[in-house]
Amino acid sequence: MLRYANPNRFMRLARVLTPWSAGLAVLLTAAGLWFALVDSPPDYQQGETVRIMYVHVPAAWMSLFCYVVMAVSAGVGVIWKHPVADVAAKASAPVGAAFTVITLISGAFWGKPMWGAWWVWDARLTAELVLLFLYLGYIALIHAFDDPARGLKAGAVLALVGVINVPIIKFSVDWWNTLHQPASVVKMGGPSIDGSMLVPLLLMALAFKAYYIYVLLVKMRAEITAGKVRALRLRQVHGTA
Amino acid sequence: METASLGEWLDMGGYASYVWPVYGIALAVLVGVLVHGLRALRGEQTALDGLRRDLPSERESNGEA
Amino acid sequence: MNRFLAIVRRDLRLALRQGSDSMMVVMFFVLTCILFPFGVGPEPNILARIAPGVIWVAALLASMLSLERLFLTDYEDGALELLATAPLPLEFVAMAKIVAHWLTTGLPLLIATPLLAILLNLHPDGFWVLVAALLLGTPTLSLIGAIGAALILGARRGGVLLSLLVLPLYIPVLIFGVGAVDAVIGGFPANTHLLILAGMLVVALPLAPFAAAAALRQALE
Repeated sequence: MLRYANPNRFMRLARVLTPWSAGLAVLLTAAGLWFALVDSPPDYQQGETVRIMYVHVPAAWMSLFCYVVMAVSAGVGVIWKHPVADVAAKASAPVGAAFTVITLISGAFWGKPMWGAWWVWDARLTAELVLLFLYLGYIALIHAFDDPARGLKAGAVLALVGVINVPIIKFSVDWWNTLHQPASVVKMGGPSIDGSMLVPLLLMALAFKAYYIYVLLVKMRAEITAGKVRALRLRQVHGTA
Repeated sequence: METASLGEWLDMGGYASYVWPVYGIALAVLVGVLVHGLRALRGEQTALDGLRRDLPSERESNGEA
Repeated sequence: MNRFLAIVRRDLRLALRQGSDSMMVVMFFVLTCILFPFGVGPEPNILARIAPGVIWVAALLASMLSLERLFLTDYEDGALELLATAPLPLEFVAMAKIVAHWLTTGLPLLIATPLLAILLNLHPDGFWVLVAALLLGTPTLSLIGAIGAALILGARRGGVLLSLLVLPLYIPVLIFGVGAVDAVIGGFPANTHLLILAGMLVVALPLAPFAAAAALRQALE
């Protein structure tokens, strides 16, 4: 990790990794979509709507995963002054927010045929909505200061304070017996879901992960390049000394 | 998988109006974020190349972001 | 301890000298609640149904009204820098200001609650639980709010940003605060809700001043 605190070294690595992650994302997405939409059976209770699960659940996992990555890298950035970590946090936020939106919307489209309601104020749904606001708040906060470095530092405090929401989302379905179904994949004793459904689920989860890595690399390279542009513009303004 | 026709598959057992928007929206959002990122990267790279051309005396600094 | 109390006293004197601050908060609280009978109609059953929620939402918003200035005036006139170099740790400075904030917002809110319970036709069974829930919840609101207030120092559109940051974190307090009152009105015990509110307060008490102080240090760099 410390080796890649040097942005230039990170950029070299990132440039190499980007096309590979893109390719991986495409392959996994294609495989995931094939199994999710074509080569898997409908659920005997939920029918074809179970296919929504193959978007909803991996997106939900990613919404939590991206937040944790964002909070950890923001923390590393502010505590150890690791410039690449800062960039990783900033780049993760919009992606995490996107996955959260997808989680909420896909959940609504699943809930309507299944429960009869687009939305209920169930613990997990509410906490996921709070997660979206945390993402949006983080993005607003880091852009609210004239000094970008100050923005990132403030954002780190917010991101770390909001981490408490992540276990709430994860365990809310166990603590409160309300509407959202309890855990059936990531729990003690292993998954209780059928193999033919586990395959598309895991493939889509991996596809989303690969996508995240790809977009993260692209955005981080853009952000680091932007930093260089800012520095060069400053030098241009002040004259070459 | 035994759907007899493309039409049946598209119909998703009657749930087409729920299943397809989910995949459509997910695709649109994720592609949108990606495109936004790629555009930003290209824009910054163009700006950097332009600046480097205008300031030929600048050697690439080692570590300042 | 003396220094801690000195800061509390100072903030109280500043708040009460302006006088309008606490008054404004309570007035906002009362006026917001009064809007609802006009908005949803004065029918007693409807009011009784929404009374706990309305009172709690108004408490949240009123608490937020005075949050922006929690650290801002001291930040802008340099007093915060002096406080940071004082022997009292910044965490305690933050805590002292939070105490003063609660005394000028949470406490007046509590005092106004009986009036509002009457105006909104709150079911009498719910009254004391509401008071207990507000007593446990409003300090948590001040604590969480202080983190937001510290984060926005020097930010553009700080007031709006503060709302965006703080309201999502307020939601759990709101849920259990209203839940407690609804439970007891429905004939169920409110113990779990009140315990959870107490738990949130216990967690926020050490963590919020710590996070707020970290944000204050960033602002002063």
